[in-house]
Amino acid sequence: MIELEGLTKRYGEKTAVNNLTFAVRPGIVTGFLGPNGAGKSTTMRMMLGLDRPTAGDVRIDGKHYDQLKDPLTYIGALLDAKAMHGGRSAHNHLLCLAQSNGIPKKRVREVLDTVGLTAVAKKKAKGFSLGMGQRLGIAGALLGDPRILMFDEPVNGLDPEGIHWIRNLMKTLAAQGRTVFVSSHLMSEMALTADHLVVIGQGRLLADTSMADFIAQNSRSYVRVRSPQRERLLDVLHGAGVTVVETGNGSLEIDGSKSEYIGELAAQYQIALHELSPQQASLEEAFMQLTAGSVEYHAHSDAPAEQQPWGDGWKGN
Amino acid sequence: MAAIQVVRSEWTKIRSVASTVWTLSLAVVVTIALGMLISALSKNDFDTRNAKDKLSFDPTYISFAGMSLGQLAMIVFGVLVVSNEYSTGMIRTSLAAVPQRATFLVSKIAVATGLVLAVGLVTSFVTFFLGQAMLGEHKASLGDTGVLRAVIGGGLYMTLIAMFSMGVAVMLRSPMLSLGILMPFFFLISNILGNVSATKKIGRFLPDQAGSKIMQVVTPIGDDTPYGPWGGLGIMALWVLAALVGGYVLLKKRDA
Repeated sequence: MIELEGLTKRYGEKTAVNNLTFAVRPGIVTGFLGPNGAGKSTTMRMMLGLDRPTAGDVRIDGKHYDQLKDPLTYIGALLDAKAMHGGRSAHNHLLCLAQSNGIPKKRVREVLDTVGLTAVAKKKAKGFSLGMGQRLGIAGALLGDPRILMFDEPVNGLDPEGIHWIRNLMKTLAAQGRTVFVSSHLMSEMALTADHLVVIGQGRLLADTSMADFIAQNSRSYVRVRSPQRERLLDVLHGAGVTVVETGNGSLEIDGSKSEYIGELAAQYQIALHELSPQQASLEEAFMQLTAGSVEYHAHSDAPAEQQPWGDGWKGN
Repeated sequence: MAAIQVVRSEWTKIRSVASTVWTLSLAVVVTIALGMLISALSKNDFDTRNAKDKLSFDPTYISFAGMSLGQLAMIVFGVLVVSNEYSTGMIRTSLAAVPQRATFLVSKIAVATGLVLAVGLVTSFVTFFLGQAMLGEHKASLGDTGVLRAVIGGGLYMTLIAMFSMGVAVMLRSPMLSLGILMPFFFLISNILGNVSATKKIGRFLPDQAGSKIMQVVTPIGDDTPYGPWGGLGIMALWVLAALVGGYVLLKKRDA
């Protein structure tokens, strides 16, 4: 169990994490979702006592991180796959971590085996691919057989086989009753692994909900209809007690009815239809809508405004 | 968190990277070889010296002449031991494993210091004996007054130089920045300050100049240094303490 209470981190004027309060519960995979720059990594670093919160508190099983005796046996984290000395072998990297927390040496061989790096245990980490580095980082997280696991963007740089492996690993760990907290900026990835969702944008909590609820609320399915006899169609639909949303571009969106029903209704009143299509808003769209107001780095589709050599910048100063 | 666990972990770290071996080997080889060379040259031109220079002739100190270059490798060792953590990102993994930053820093410094002390003392004795062998009839012997102190002091000097570098590296984090400041400082600036008469009085309170006094057996004629060999080493130790305390204060309050 990880509990955050009013967690805040400010860098000068800029608030990276803003008053976050939520709990990460055991036995499930909790997805930590947000666009790039939303404050996910900063939050995770504060959970591990690496960054000091400006305000608020994080508790791991009721304790502050630095009060944990042998913290790797409570919480294992993969923050950055490159957070290791490239000149050290995989085995020695894990050995120094194990020794610092009184973890028996045989665990090093076990976790290397779990992540499939036994064959390169004596090789220097700098020769590792991104995926192998990620696996070594995960081995480090598993080393102390902790009840809480935390992964920051674990699928980054992994090949499809690696992604499949890590999804299964997270589910297995949660099924063993452990707390699994995993960050991502991809909703589609979370939809496959997470049972619970915490969504943040610009450091603020936007949602703290179960995955099932999030899907039920956000994956809106509706029927889109276009007709040259729009007014008559509207009357008929109202008459049948169907809720209709009029969109700006002349089409109608109907929630909660099947396209078959709408089609038959139109046929019965002999109304011509130009379009009758069932629509499903994707989770990715729902996520983008949720975070739309809080995306840190927007890509602008239009070309940048042409610079006027004697433009606004010169006026009024 | 038992500190002994962290010490063991830091020992694994230090012995499992190549930079430890090559920096320390370089320090040993350069100190010994240059010391032998300069001892041999000093023997050859002894007869051409004037009477005053002959009286100031300090065979022990001469055999340690290689230290001026050898210490640069010690500086590299001290800097890399610490800044490796930062340049690789390992620091976040390390501090997640050992969140007590004082325990982490003290263990790291203790392990590196222990290693440097052992290497430094061996180097110092070997340097002395080989240097004296080169000096032939002008040699000093370990039993002479002050010589044993100077030889042990040579090992302590190397240790303190490395510790000072560790402290600076904790403060600055970047290996390039740390080396970029320490190397020219000890190789050039300190020498210049110590040799220009206007700045000489300040220069001799710099860590390397104060500390190297411990390796001197014969005081040069007209020398008015206001401290003795142990006083000088004490001044150097204060510099080391300041660097380490500064490093700890920053490590304690900084985000990793």
